[in-house]
Amino acid sequence: MRVKVISRSADEFTRERSNDLQRVSRNYDPNLRTQEKAVEYVRALNAAKLDKVFARPFIGAMDGHVDAISCMAKNPSHLKGVFSGSMDGDIRLWDIASRKTVCQYPGHQGAVRGLSVSTDGRILVSCGSDCTVRLWRVPLASGIESDDSSDSSDKTLASYVWKNAFWAVDHQWEGNLFATAGGSQVDIWDHNRSQPVNSFEWGNDTVISVRFNPGEPNVLATSSSDRSIAIHDLRTSSSAIKFQMTTKTNSIAWNPMEPMNFTAANENCNCYSYDARKLPEAKCVHKDHVSAVMDIDYSPTGREFVTGSYDRTVRIFQYNGGHSREIYHTKRMQRVFCVKFSCDASYVISGSDDTNLRLWKAKASEQLGVILPRERKKHEYMEAVKNRYKHLPEVKRILRHRHLPKPIYKAGLLRRTMADAEKRKEDRRRAHSAPGSMPRKSIRKSKIIQVIE
Amino acid sequence: MQTEEGRLEPEGLEKTWRFNQQSIANEVDVASRKNQFDLVLPDLGPYTLDYTSSGRYMLSAGRKGHLSIIDLHTLKPIKDMQVRETVRDVVFLHNELFFAAAHKKYTYIYNRAGTELHCLKEHGAVLKLQFLKNHFLLSSINKSGHLHYQDITTGQMIGNYRSGLGRSDVLQLNPYNNVLASGHSGGTVRMWKPTSQAQLVEMLCHRGPVTAIAFHPNGHLMATAGMDKKLKIWDLRKYDVVQTLPAGLAKSIDFSQKGMLATSTGSFVQVLDSQDYSRRYMIHTMAKGYQINKVLFRPYEDVLGIGHSSGLSSILIPGSGEPNFDSWVANPYETVKQRRETEVRVLLDKLPPESIMLDPTQIGNLRNSRKKEKPAKEEIEAEKEAAVAAAKNVSLKKKKTKGRRKPSKVARKKQEGIEQAKRSFVEQNEDGVMKKKKKQKRVTDTSIALQPFVSRKAT
Repeated sequence: MRVKVISRSADEFTRERSNDLQRVSRNYDPNLRTQEKAVEYVRALNAAKLDKVFARPFIGAMDGHVDAISCMAKNPSHLKGVFSGSMDGDIRLWDIASRKTVCQYPGHQGAVRGLSVSTDGRILVSCGSDCTVRLWRVPLASGIESDDSSDSSDKTLASYVWKNAFWAVDHQWEGNLFATAGGSQVDIWDHNRSQPVNSFEWGNDTVISVRFNPGEPNVLATSSSDRSIAIHDLRTSSSAIKFQMTTKTNSIAWNPMEPMNFTAANENCNCYSYDARKLPEAKCVHKDHVSAVMDIDYSPTGREFVTGSYDRTVRIFQYNGGHSREIYHTKRMQRVFCVKFSCDASYVISGSDDTNLRLWKAKASEQLGVILPRERKKHEYMEAVKNRYKHLPEVKRILRHRHLPKPIYKAGLLRRTMADAEKRKEDRRRAHSAPGSMPRKSIRKSKIIQVIE
Repeated sequence: MQTEEGRLEPEGLEKTWRFNQQSIANEVDVASRKNQFDLVLPDLGPYTLDYTSSGRYMLSAGRKGHLSIIDLHTLKPIKDMQVRETVRDVVFLHNELFFAAAHKKYTYIYNRAGTELHCLKEHGAVLKLQFLKNHFLLSSINKSGHLHYQDITTGQMIGNYRSGLGRSDVLQLNPYNNVLASGHSGGTVRMWKPTSQAQLVEMLCHRGPVTAIAFHPNGHLMATAGMDKKLKIWDLRKYDVVQTLPAGLAKSIDFSQKGMLATSTGSFVQVLDSQDYSRRYMIHTMAKGYQINKVLFRPYEDVLGIGHSSGLSSILIPGSGEPNFDSWVANPYETVKQRRETEVRVLLDKLPPESIMLDPTQIGNLRNSRKKEKPAKEEIEAEKEAAVAAAKNVSLKKKKTKGRRKPSKVARKKQEGIEQAKRSFVEQNEDGVMKKKKKQKRVTDTSIALQPFVSRKAT
C-alpha cells in the first residue's frame, strides 16, 4: 500500500524575514472561486461609480490676457509651452506646468487671428487683423524658465505687411512654408520672403481657416465664409476639390494618425469627419453641441478630438463616435474660441471669451502624478472590468451620466424636439408625394449642397 | 502547483476501505499524524463543528453549551467557553474573528475572545445556521420553519420567508450559486434565494423526512439522505436522480473538495469514492455507543472532522482535499496584516443579494428581448389573401344529385369556403400559440422529482 496525504510545511508558505515579500500561491480552479462573474460585475459597477467620484477634470485657469483669447498654438517640440493670442494683440507663451506666462510678444496692433509654430519649434508665426504677418523667435526649451524679459526686439524675426486682414495661419509640417488665410485667398509664405510665394483664390468670399495635412506636407484644407471646404495641393496651381455645405465651417483638423481623414467644426453645432479621398460624404457626424462649434483639435493619438463651442462647453469625441465622450464646463467659462489637445494626449487646453486659458485633464478621472506599479495595475484591472461590462444597463447608466448646465440641457432638448418635428414633417411630406419623388437622404450627405471640382 | 495531492493506492488484493486509521498513521509523516486526534469530551456533547474557509481554524459547539475555537496548525485552543445554554449550531462568519451560535432562544454573534457582540432576536429559535460569505448574509432556519437572511455588515434583515413545511433542521448552502436548500419532513427539498418569497425549486427526494443535504463543490451534484435509509445523488442540471444508494439512517453527509462523499450512520463513517459513489473508499468506526452528529471535511487538507456525542475526532482521508490553495481566496498561512487586507477586499467585493440565482452565469449577460418573433402584419395579410384567393379558385365538383348545382347554392358554398379559409387562418394562429405554451410546460417538468408539484402550480 502506498499512502500520501497533503503535507505542507509552514516554511514554504511564509516568509523567512520580515522584509521579504509574502509568498503567494495560486490556484485557478473555478470551483474555488464560485460567483466569480458576480464579483467581477460588482467590481465593474464600483469602478464606474469611482470614476464618477474621481471625475475632477478641471486643473486650473491661466489668467493674464486682458481681452478674449482668439487663437492658440502648441509647440510641437516642447511639451510645456503653449502660445495664446488675444483680441487686443497680445501674444503670450505659457508654461503649462507652472501655469504662468513665460514671455510676451507685443507688436500686433489689432486682434491676433492666427498662431502657428514651425515643426522644429524655433519660429512662431502670427497674423492678425492689422494686415501683418509676424515671425518670432521662440526661446529654447532650456531657457524657457529663466526668460522673463519682454524685450520685443530680441524676439522679432520679421514682420511683413500685406494687403488684407488675416484670419488664420498654419505652418507646414516638415518644411519652410506657412499658409495664411485672409481676404478671398490663401497665401503661401516662405520664412525668408517678405511676399507670398504662391496664392490660391477661389471665389470672392473670405477664407476663415487653413490647416496643413500632417502626412502630406503639400496638401492643405481651407474653409471659407461661402460655406465651402476646399483642399489645395501646393504642387498644382489650382485647387483639388471644393464642396459647399449648408452652413459655414469654422475650423478644420486633420487626423494625425490617419492623414487622409479630417474633421470640420461646423456652425450648425455638429462636426463632420470626412475622408479626403471619398468626398463629399461625411464618414461620421458628431452631434452634441448646442451652438456653433468654434474650434477643433485632434489628439496626437488620432483616436479622439476636442471641440470648443459657442455654447460655453468643451467636448471630447471619439474619432468615430457620434456623440461626445466627455463634456467640460464651468460656471465662469464663457464662449470657447479655441481648444488644443496637449502633445502627450493627456491634457486639453481651452481659451475662451473670459480672457482665461483653462487646463483640463483629457480623462476626467485620471490620477495625476507618479503612480506606483501596484496602483497602476489596479487601475488597469478596473478599466478592463469596466470595459467588459459597459454594455449592461446599470453600468452604462452610470458611465453615460453627465451633469449639464441647465441652459445647455434645455437647448439640447429643444434641438431634439426640433429635429424630431422636422423628421416627422418630412415623413408626412414623403407619404403624401409620389413614391420615389422624395428619396431619403442620409444625414452624412444631406448637409452638402454641391461639389465644385 | 506546489503541493502534491494525497492518495491511497492499494497493491494486489488490498482494498482501500480495509485500511484503518492506524495503518495510515504508520505510513504518513509526523506533521500529518497531528491531524489525527480524538478529543474526548463526554459531558457536554453531542458536538457540532465548523471550519473557516481556509481550513485553519475549527469551531466546535457542544449541545450543552461548550464553545471552542481551535487553531489547527498549533492545535491550541484560542477560546474555550461555556455558555450554559443549549447550542444547536455554530458557524464562522467571514473570518475566524467572528462566529454565530444558535442558542436555545436566540442567535448570538461572538468575537474570537468570546465577547457577545450581537443578539439576533429576529431569527427566533434557530436550528441551523449557514453563512454566505460572498454576500455577508447569515441565514438560518428556525423551529417554526422560517427562513431568515440577515446582512451582517448592516444588520438589515434581507429576507424572512415561511417554508410552510414545519420544523426542519436541514439547511445547506450550494457553494456554486449560493442558493440555500432546506430539507423537510415530507421528503421534499426546497431551494431558496433571499430575494423571493417563493422557493426556486421544490423537489421530492425521499419517501420520508430528509435528514441531510450536501452539495458538490462544482454545484452540479446534490446528495440527500433520508429516513427511508437511502442516499440519493442528484444532478442539479436536470433535477434528476443519478444514483440511489442504501446508506442506513445517515445523520450527516458532506462532500469534500475533491468530490468524495462522507456519510455517517450511528457510530460508523464511510467515505464514498469521488468517481463512483456506489464504491466505498474508506470506512471508520468510532467506539461503540458514540453517536455521530456531524461530519465535515476540512478545506485544503486530507482530513475529515467528526463531531459526536462524546467529543470531536479528526481522521485522515487521503486524496479528499484540494492540495493547492489560492492566497487570494483562502490562505491558511494568513498573517494578521493579510487578514485585515482581505477583510477590506471582500467587503469591497460584497455581492448584492440579487446576485443569488440558480444559474449564476446569467449575471453579466443581457436579457433576451421578450418579444417573440411574430410574423409581420403584412406577411399575415399576404398569407390570408393567398388563402382566400385559393379558396375562390376552387372548382366545385359537379354533383350528380339533382338540384345541387343551383347557381345561388354554388355561390353560397364558395362564399362559405372563403369564410372558412379566413377563419381557419385566425384559428390556426391562436392554436399555434396554445400549443407552444403547453410544450414549454412539458419541457420544464421532465424530471420525476419535480412532477408531484406540477399540478399544484398549474391550479
